[in-house]
Amino acid sequence: MVLFCLAWEVAGRIPINVAFPPFSDVVAAFGRMVADGSLPSAFLITLQPLVIGLVVATVIGIVMGVGMGLRDELEWAGVPVFVVMQAAPMAALIPLITYVYGIGLTAKVLAVVILALPVIALNGYKAVRNVSPSLRAMCRSFLGNRRQEIFKIVLPDASPMIFAGLRLGISAGFVGVVLAELLITPTGIGDLITYHRSIADYAEMYAVIATIILFSAVTVGLLERVEIALFRPEKKEHSA
Amino acid sequence: MTIAGYRIPPLASLILWAIVWEIVGRLGLVFLFPPLSHVVMELGQVVGSTTFLNAAIMTVKCFVIGIALSIAVGVLLGLLMGRVDAADKLLGMWVNLFVSAPLSALVPVIMILFGMGESTIIVTVFLFAVWIIALDTRAGVRDMPPSLLAMAKSFGASRWQVLTKIVFFAALPEILAGIRLGVIRGVKGVVIGQLLVSIIGLGELFEVYSRNFLMEEFWALTLIVFAFALGAAELIAMLERKIDFYAGVRHA
Amino acid sequence: MTAAVRMLRETTKSDTAQPIVEVRHISKRYGSSVEALRDINLTFPTGQLTSLLGPSGCGKTTLLKIIAGLLEPTGGEVVVKGKTVTGPGPERAFVFQDFALMPWASVLRNAAFGLELQGIDKKKREETARHYINQVGLSGFENRYPHELSGGMRQRVGLARALAVNADVLLLDEPFSAVDEQNRRKFQEDLLRLREVERKTLIFVTHSIEEAVYLSDRIVLLSPRPGRVSEIIEPHVDRSGPPDLIRRNPAYLDTVEEIWHGLRDYAD
Ligand SMILES: Nc1ncnc2c1ncn2[C@@H]1O[C@H](COP(=O)(O)OP(=O)(O)OP(=O)(O)O)[C@@H](O)[C@H]1O
Ligand SMILES: [Mg+2]
Repeated sequence: MVLFCLAWEVAGRIPINVAFPPFSDVVAAFGRMVADGSLPSAFLITLQPLVIGLVVATVIGIVMGVGMGLRDELEWAGVPVFVVMQAAPMAALIPLITYVYGIGLTAKVLAVVILALPVIALNGYKAVRNVSPSLRAMCRSFLGNRRQEIFKIVLPDASPMIFAGLRLGISAGFVGVVLAELLITPTGIGDLITYHRSIADYAEMYAVIATIILFSAVTVGLLERVEIALFRPEKKEHSA
Repeated sequence: MTIAGYRIPPLASLILWAIVWEIVGRLGLVFLFPPLSHVVMELGQVVGSTTFLNAAIMTVKCFVIGIALSIAVGVLLGLLMGRVDAADKLLGMWVNLFVSAPLSALVPVIMILFGMGESTIIVTVFLFAVWIIALDTRAGVRDMPPSLLAMAKSFGASRWQVLTKIVFFAALPEILAGIRLGVIRGVKGVVIGQLLVSIIGLGELFEVYSRNFLMEEFWALTLIVFAFALGAAELIAMLERKIDFYAGVRHA
Repeated sequence: MTAAVRMLRETTKSDTAQPIVEVRHISKRYGSSVEALRDINLTFPTGQLTSLLGPSGCGKTTLLKIIAGLLEPTGGEVVVKGKTVTGPGPERAFVFQDFALMPWASVLRNAAFGLELQGIDKKKREETARHYINQVGLSGFENRYPHELSGGMRQRVGLARALAVNADVLLLDEPFSAVDEQNRRKFQEDLLRLREVERKTLIFVTHSIEEAVYLSDRIVLLSPRPGRVSEIIEPHVDRSGPPDLIRRNPAYLDTVEEIWHGLRDYAD
């Protein structure tokens, strides 16, 4: 970590490229933007569609994923579509969305949803399919009904993979929102990047980009913490 | 799924969805979706145009160069991280950060550093693909059975022989899986890169089509790109299936 | 029994001139807390099959890997054919508990792998490998892959590979533990037969008292951690008859019983 920052500083000072500022300048730019409030307010603007989009994608994705895992006809109808959506560059649709729904919140939310939904749904589906058959047989042999089987066996056993899907979905959502803002909707973080680039404030631009990348990493890490704290007693004891 | 005793292949559902699309398009319910048949007819037009051909050649070229670079670098990086603990400590955190980072935010930087041309697209493809390849290669190296290493050593293998005759092949299933994911990410990279640069390749076409609300052309182009992505991934998946028995042996 | 053993030891001493492997004051610690082996002294006479027998975790694998040169001892030395071991060498070959076959290589290439590493040209090494594949009863399977073979057949490939490098000492770490019971018996008989043909020195780690008595000229009993030599037994089993007869031989049964009595205190 320290090594990396040092390398960056040295590379920036040489300088390799005019557009490659040393690390210390970037930190200073970060300080300036926090102080004048432009960075926090941009974050607030960007976070809004991100959070809405992720909540929507999570709810729909888990419901559909679990549904496809449990029922054959849903699997038949849904899985190929999600496989295509996950493998294909859905980002190509973002310009279209933005032109059709304008540059408002809806377009950004949609961008987040179409990128985050496939991976969440597919992971939910795979998670349910991978639930230990002997555990399910055990539940049935002790006369558990379908409802109990789903809520007491399938969902708990599937939750690690569902959470893995959520983590992937979150990072896909970040890609979506940044892309939407960079492409067409000049607001939030995307606008900040574009603006500082246009006036050649490279240090500021790097600071914004580094912040959003670190922020997404922290969010994903945080979800992992929450997951362990709430759902994984077996892991908690290990780490304690 | 089976209906009345007949097994219906899963891909058939895509046909069902295509029909739904056609109906929605014909009814003119959603402006976004023209009838699929029109889109398909437009395919020929789009593919025939010189703008498309030039864009496609450039896109494929950038994609292939970017992926080749990322495979070379990713596999080496993964082997290094898998075999040398110090390298793993030093690099692991960064690789893990970048594998899930919103790399699209980095494209503006790449644009400044590498200009608005092909090299930016190549670098974008590389950055999208390389981390997952490195990570999967590393996992493959770490997962290999220790007795294979001991076996090679007991017969007097040199470090180089261990690497080229044992480690590489033992990790090959994971390396291929990583490359498949890298290819998928790389296609996303090439599209995102071109969209953001927006004056070259397919990105320009996407811009033009959606700006002028040429929905049929837009969807035709989208179908082509999707087909390319799925085709490329399927190609690697076929290779993977060929050596499928590896994994079975390893976890037996 | 002890008298018989002592007498036997003298006779074996006279017909084996020089021990091929000598283990001198070997000790091994893992980290600072785990003492796996303490001051092991053993000699392995040329041409004999010696079993290392002891409870789980007593350090059998550790000792075998130290002899193989795959692990560094904390103290002491191993001498093979008069030379101190510093690493793996061509005069020793290892047979692995989990076979250690390369899933991407055919039976033929797996069996020839030791020779491949020595840089022997393809034609010659494959010829040698074919010979030993035949010896272990696998001819016809040269172009199959490990995943197409049963556990017993896979270990035969492991054995062919070890034989192919023409080492003087074969080190076998529980070679039959992942092989089912029928195949294991068949394999044990084949091993006895091969031993007659190939005149190798074998050092054999096992959990099974019956297996040790059935196969060995000498059995080294190790005590639980830290592993020490607790007893050396030379079962005087006449192996000239058919296998079924050997297993009903009173000397065989008595030795099994005796070892079991010695070991039962260690069972938990
Ligand atoms: N790499 C290691 N690090 C720490 N401790 C180890 C290591 N390898 C083995 N040990 C310990 O050293 C002791 C001897 O191990 P070893 O594998 O030699 O036993 P073993 O007699 O072969 O047992 P088994 O019959 O189960 O194969 C064991 O208690 C084991 O836990
Ligand atoms: Mg062992």
